Amino acid sequence: MKKIYSVLVENRTGVLSKVAGLFSRRSFNIDSLTVGETEDPTVSRMTIVSSGDKAILEQVEKQLNKKLDIIKVKTFDESASISRELMLIKVKYNKSNRRDIIENCDIMKAQIVDMSRSYMMIQICDVPERSQLLLSMLRGISIVEVARTGTLALTKCIENENGGK
Amino acid sequence: MIGADAIVECLKKEDVEILFGYPGVAIAPFFNSLLNSDIKSVLIRTEQNAAHCASGYARISGKPGVCVVTSGPGATNLITGIATAFADSIPLIAITGQVNSSMIGSDVFQEADITGAVESFVKYSYLVRNVNELPKIFKEAFYIANSGRKGPVLIDIPIDIQQAQISKFSYPETVSMRTYKPTIEGNMAQIKKLVKEVERSKKPVMCVGGGVHLSDAAQQIRDFAAKCQIPVVSTMMGLGTITNDNPLYFGMVGNNGRAYANKALKDSDLVLMVGARVADRAVNRPELITDNTVLIHIDVDPAEIGKNVGPTIPLVGDLKHIFEKINSIEINARDHKEWLDFLTEYKAEHPDPRPDISKEYVDPKEFLGKLAKAMDDNGIFVADVGQNQIWATAFFRIKEHQRFMTSGGMGTMGYAIPAALGAKLADPDRQVVASCGDGGFQMSMMELATMDQQKVPLKIIVYRNNYLGMVREYQHYSYKDKYAMVDIAGKPDLDMIAKAYDMDYQCIDGSSDLDKEISNFLNNKHAVLLEVMADPMDLAKG
Repeated sequence: MKKIYSVLVENRTGVLSKVAGLFSRRSFNIDSLTVGETEDPTVSRMTIVSSGDKAILEQVEKQLNKKLDIIKVKTFDESASISRELMLIKVKYNKSNRRDIIENCDIMKAQIVDMSRSYMMIQICDVPERSQLLLSMLRGISIVEVARTGTLALTKCIENENGGK
Repeated sequence: MIGADAIVECLKKEDVEILFGYPGVAIAPFFNSLLNSDIKSVLIRTEQNAAHCASGYARISGKPGVCVVTSGPGATNLITGIATAFADSIPLIAITGQVNSSMIGSDVFQEADITGAVESFVKYSYLVRNVNELPKIFKEAFYIANSGRKGPVLIDIPIDIQQAQISKFSYPETVSMRTYKPTIEGNMAQIKKLVKEVERSKKPVMCVGGGVHLSDAAQQIRDFAAKCQIPVVSTMMGLGTITNDNPLYFGMVGNNGRAYANKALKDSDLVLMVGARVADRAVNRPELITDNTVLIHIDVDPAEIGKNVGPTIPLVGDLKHIFEKINSIEINARDHKEWLDFLTEYKAEHPDPRPDISKEYVDPKEFLGKLAKAMDDNGIFVADVGQNQIWATAFFRIKEHQRFMTSGGMGTMGYAIPAALGAKLADPDRQVVASCGDGGFQMSMMELATMDQQKVPLKIIVYRNNYLGMVREYQHYSYKDKYAMVDIAGKPDLDMIAKAYDMDYQCIDGSSDLDKEISNFLNNKHAVLLEVMADPMDLAKG
């Protein structure tokens, strides 16, 4: 089971280490973790994807809530949220596979953002499953490097919301 | 006013009367400023014990205990004490000096990343970056340490911050933290569910933990148990909530507990877990509880509920508040006579197993039974860790206003003497007795000097069996008496230690008149070291 935690934290030094330390100390999994400042410069948002059974995922939420640098923890039901992952993939290409790569990118709505005579860089920004799908489609070709942000997510827009604080 | 003066002012604002510590360059400005205050400072002999002293003080006074040490090794020595307090949810304020702010991170002399090192043992920590933040930080730290689930808070203060001028000292009246709002009042809907389950239950049992003492809720819980005629069992940290002579009490649960206490848990149809963690020592197979049982877990820390066992009804809040509410509700509990009779009978049929003790030695059962009876009605008994601790849980029959204290969660050897010192300084009129084995004693005997210097006449019991007994016992069961690293036969001669520290010395063995010896021990106005000759082959589990 996977769960997405959207965690608003005090934007202070050491907070990322405390949150990461909590996961390692209690043997919780971090599938991905992203962090960045929000519209309020004193607050950062961490988006953490964790996996485990129901009891563990509940403990993750409770232990996060217990940390004194954490302002608010929200967990997402995937159907009620929009999630995205940005991935950059550098591949080595040649005459024979160049067209295949471009076609795959077209199908997956990925962009080619940089190119040299034998390398190109592909960018995809999509739900994590589709980013993963593109990656597996490109597996047959020589992938040189991959960088990905991990999942970002927010709840879907509904009227009268207060930003989740 | 400089930062160091501001820290002293903060401590005064929090009504701190006493602190325990050890000096060093990085905390020198603070101790210098402290000279201008009435706050009593106790120089301990190794930093770990500053935290244990503060812990003993906190448990008796109900206020956070304060310990102050220097940077680097001073701070790292404190860690075991902090972790011990954390495991038992004891409120501490640990203040550590730190190297100059501009040097942090460059591995200079006596630099240690103490906030990083203690992260998993503190409720919260601060590294002070700006002298003007000191009042806000101290206000928050005391509030955090002593509210919600209590625990240690560490404040790391670089020397330049202690020396810097503070622009204006103003101590905040209130704390406002958007990240911390502990739940105090129990949810009424959950309380009603609890009442319904209590009314429905034929075989209820209540298991009380250390949270009862931390919330000062023993009276409310006794009232509830009496009103609904619910049998009570206890974890090690909960001992003393209800006295041994109360017919509703069925002893300590767990591996080291009583068979009838575990039986009560196992056979019940409703378990009220009250301020207890359901940790492995108390309940080694928590899933067994929930199989046929309704479990109601009441705790101030929501993260404890469901951590080790999934409850049917969670109830979050301060125990005193919750049980005051529950006691104000009319509850039509069933008649539990049959259930209580069953447990009473089971208890009579399963006396505490004891090995045969060789006649030349003191039987701890007899000794502790007599000691508890002879001690003051409000006396404090501090047990160290090991066989002596398990004997105390079984045989020291706590009276209603007596207190039993021990390092339950962390099981830190050497806790008893410094914790007893802190307890005695918290309430000098109360009788305080510490007991330890000959192993734990040697981990803490340097504090006999502190005791002498502070003129705190503790009564200290040392069981002499020349073994690290608890581990020897484990090796007896698990390694067929192949003993490794447990033989501590030899020094020191305790009579000479007593003399060296200006204590009176008594020694008892199997031939001693226990009543007379205990009376002499307790009535001596002077500090006493009582050596109890114990059978090396005695067992805690029996």
